[in-house]
Amino acid sequence: MAKVTIDGKTIEVPDGTTILNAARMIGGEIVPPAMCYYSKLKTSGGYCRTCIVKVTKGSEKDPRPMPKPVASCRTTVMDGMEVQNITSPDLLEARAGVVEFLLVNHPLDCPVCDQAGECHLQDLGYENGKVKTRYEFKRRTFEMIDIGDKIKLHMNRCILCYRCVKVSDQLTPYRVHGVLNRGEQAEISTYIKNVIDNEFSGNVIDVCPVGALTDKTFRFKSRVWFTKPVDAHRDCPTCSGKVRIWFKGADVLRVTARKDEYGEVVEWICNNCRFDKKQVSDWTIEGPAHISKHSVISANHYETPFALSALKADVKKQQKKLEGKKVELGEGALNPNNK
Amino acid sequence: MGKKLLLKHDNIPGINTYEVYRQRGGYASVEKALKTMTPEVIVEEVKKSGLRGRGGAGFPTGMKWSFLAKPPGVPRYLVCNADESEPGTFKDRYLMEKIPHLLIEGMITSSFALGANTSYIYIRGEYFYVARVLEKAIEEAYANGWLGENILGTGFSHHCYVQVGAGAYICGEETALLESLEGKRGNPRIKPPFPAVAGLWGCPTVVNNVETIAAVVPIVNDGGDEYAKIGIGKSTGTKLISASGHINKPGVYEIELGIPVEEFIYSEQYCGGIRNGKKMKAVVAGGSSVPILPADLILKTAKGEPRLMTYESLGDGGFQTGTMLGSGGFIVMDEDTSIVKNLYTFARFYHHESCGQCSPCREGTGWMEKILHKILDGHGTVADVDLLWDIQSNIEGKTICPLGEAAAWPVAAAIRHFRAEFEEYVKNPKSIKDVKHYYRLREKV
Repeated sequence: MAKVTIDGKTIEVPDGTTILNAARMIGGEIVPPAMCYYSKLKTSGGYCRTCIVKVTKGSEKDPRPMPKPVASCRTTVMDGMEVQNITSPDLLEARAGVVEFLLVNHPLDCPVCDQAGECHLQDLGYENGKVKTRYEFKRRTFEMIDIGDKIKLHMNRCILCYRCVKVSDQLTPYRVHGVLNRGEQAEISTYIKNVIDNEFSGNVIDVCPVGALTDKTFRFKSRVWFTKPVDAHRDCPTCSGKVRIWFKGADVLRVTARKDEYGEVVEWICNNCRFDKKQVSDWTIEGPAHISKHSVISANHYETPFALSALKADVKKQQKKLEGKKVELGEGALNPNNK
Repeated sequence: MGKKLLLKHDNIPGINTYEVYRQRGGYASVEKALKTMTPEVIVEEVKKSGLRGRGGAGFPTGMKWSFLAKPPGVPRYLVCNADESEPGTFKDRYLMEKIPHLLIEGMITSSFALGANTSYIYIRGEYFYVARVLEKAIEEAYANGWLGENILGTGFSHHCYVQVGAGAYICGEETALLESLEGKRGNPRIKPPFPAVAGLWGCPTVVNNVETIAAVVPIVNDGGDEYAKIGIGKSTGTKLISASGHINKPGVYEIELGIPVEEFIYSEQYCGGIRNGKKMKAVVAGGSSVPILPADLILKTAKGEPRLMTYESLGDGGFQTGTMLGSGGFIVMDEDTSIVKNLYTFARFYHHESCGQCSPCREGTGWMEKILHKILDGHGTVADVDLLWDIQSNIEGKTICPLGEAAAWPVAAAIRHFRAEFEEYVKNPKSIKDVKHYYRLREKV
């Protein structure tokens, strides 16, 4: 067992635990954000660098601090280690820098992106990013391609987290999906647009932290915050059959795997459940899914007085940061009751 | 003239063939090591010699060797890093092309010290011709019993292979090299585990530079103490320096570590002074990724002492007023050189070579290149220079492998020492000449 202190909170964890997992055991706001690490996928993590933390004391034996920020998802804890995450202003600044890099080539097409509302990059940018990008050049672009008949790959939005590559490697038997080219031009692809054709390929949609891989049966049907998530199950011969279905009115718009509080899939589901079972009669409904109350999906609409004032405050905060001075929003501009 | 250990015979005709090399005392170290020494003794000699990695980082070789894990029943590997891609560095190429047997001899001796029965020479794709030279040398070594089963009847067997890469800078990083050698995409691995524990195919592996392995030969022949007599302090032995740029005599020179930088640049036996009688403006002392230094700081440290060609003296003053010995790619620039254009060339290179695995390097290198291009186009502002500074500090230290730092350091140093030149460019775009040349370069990428 190793004792580790993260932002002043101490916990004892088994040897070999990573700093990120130790932080998740403590929970709360000290958990570093992770865009590429996925606890269900081996060898994932270490690429996006958003989970960097500062190690101020290496271990009980060797108390020297680590010279550079380390990726918490791939660094294992040592006994007596002391870590700073949100208590270190330098580190938050560094993380803001990383977020800026992630957004350099991201098209920021959230208004037309199906992932908006449940996008990890959106949350990350909102929580850790800067208000305005300083990038002023043309962004890299790719053609959209189809991976099979149910999955759309929109490479422009990709942040190269490699999660989908790991899913293809570890969940499905034939590897036909990987990374082509290098550097800025690196691209997730099935070589020469090969089709990923197996029962579990749809899981790449669930692991994608951004809107790069989307479900073609759901594309442009609805914004996610207009749909209501409900847990359901069925007897499926290939997978566990435990899913989350998303209703709009009485229609099932899409089926996804259930996700935990860090947005990670609890159990993988098969393509049959995901793409083909879109009738209410296919499913046994368990009850409403638990969604974080801060999520826009939980709010579902912006009409309640609380949500509206919160939104206004947010907009004001952003504007203030942007202009460097207080900007008076026209009262009632966002108020639907003020007709 | 200083003492030469590696390039003693480089001008003898036919030294690349086995017969001539053997006549000049070649393969003596293999004989000595296999017949009279044990692996532990050789590692001890290398430790005593104070030899430091010649690839750039300068990590003590003896210590690296002693870190090698030795679990029973698991093969160990020695990999020679001949993926010499750092702009400004061409010493390994010279060594391999001229005296290939020296490397093969070093590989056999080092492998014996490490207990490795298989070794690989990973050479970059552009050195195709050199790979042929090495393959011929290996063939000759097999034919004369220096490689293969039961070498010299001692029971030690060793096989050496040459593997040609596809010409990626990133494959010079040791874990990316191992990935590439395994036949995968050359992406650096996340450390730990280090190659000394789990390297090639998950087995303990030592990765050393060509020059480091070659330097094992004189260490075994003459003893570690003899080798340590050359040089100053912790910088012992000789070092190959590939001098290029605006000097009278560019080329590969073997120097004794510890000679003054001034002597190296201006003396007749080395660089021979600045071309066309011009003044020196700046020097990149160890390959493109180390910080550039202006003329006054390269000749004298900030404390006013003369700067010497050693790891410590060049690093004196940290990155504020110092630089690194690096891989020995010594680029001298005269007074007419534009630092901004030079930096753009470097930034373009790192943008092209970034592997795209981790985000700061993937996005940051391209961004820096675009800003420098904008400045050279005459559209830059002072804010752009500050932005460049911010980007490089956001990349530095946040990447998986040192390529991010290699891309960030030259930018930082150029702005630190030559900010006035950047500001002149953004305030007075007419001072930029020959931009068309850079357009042409860009189209090729």
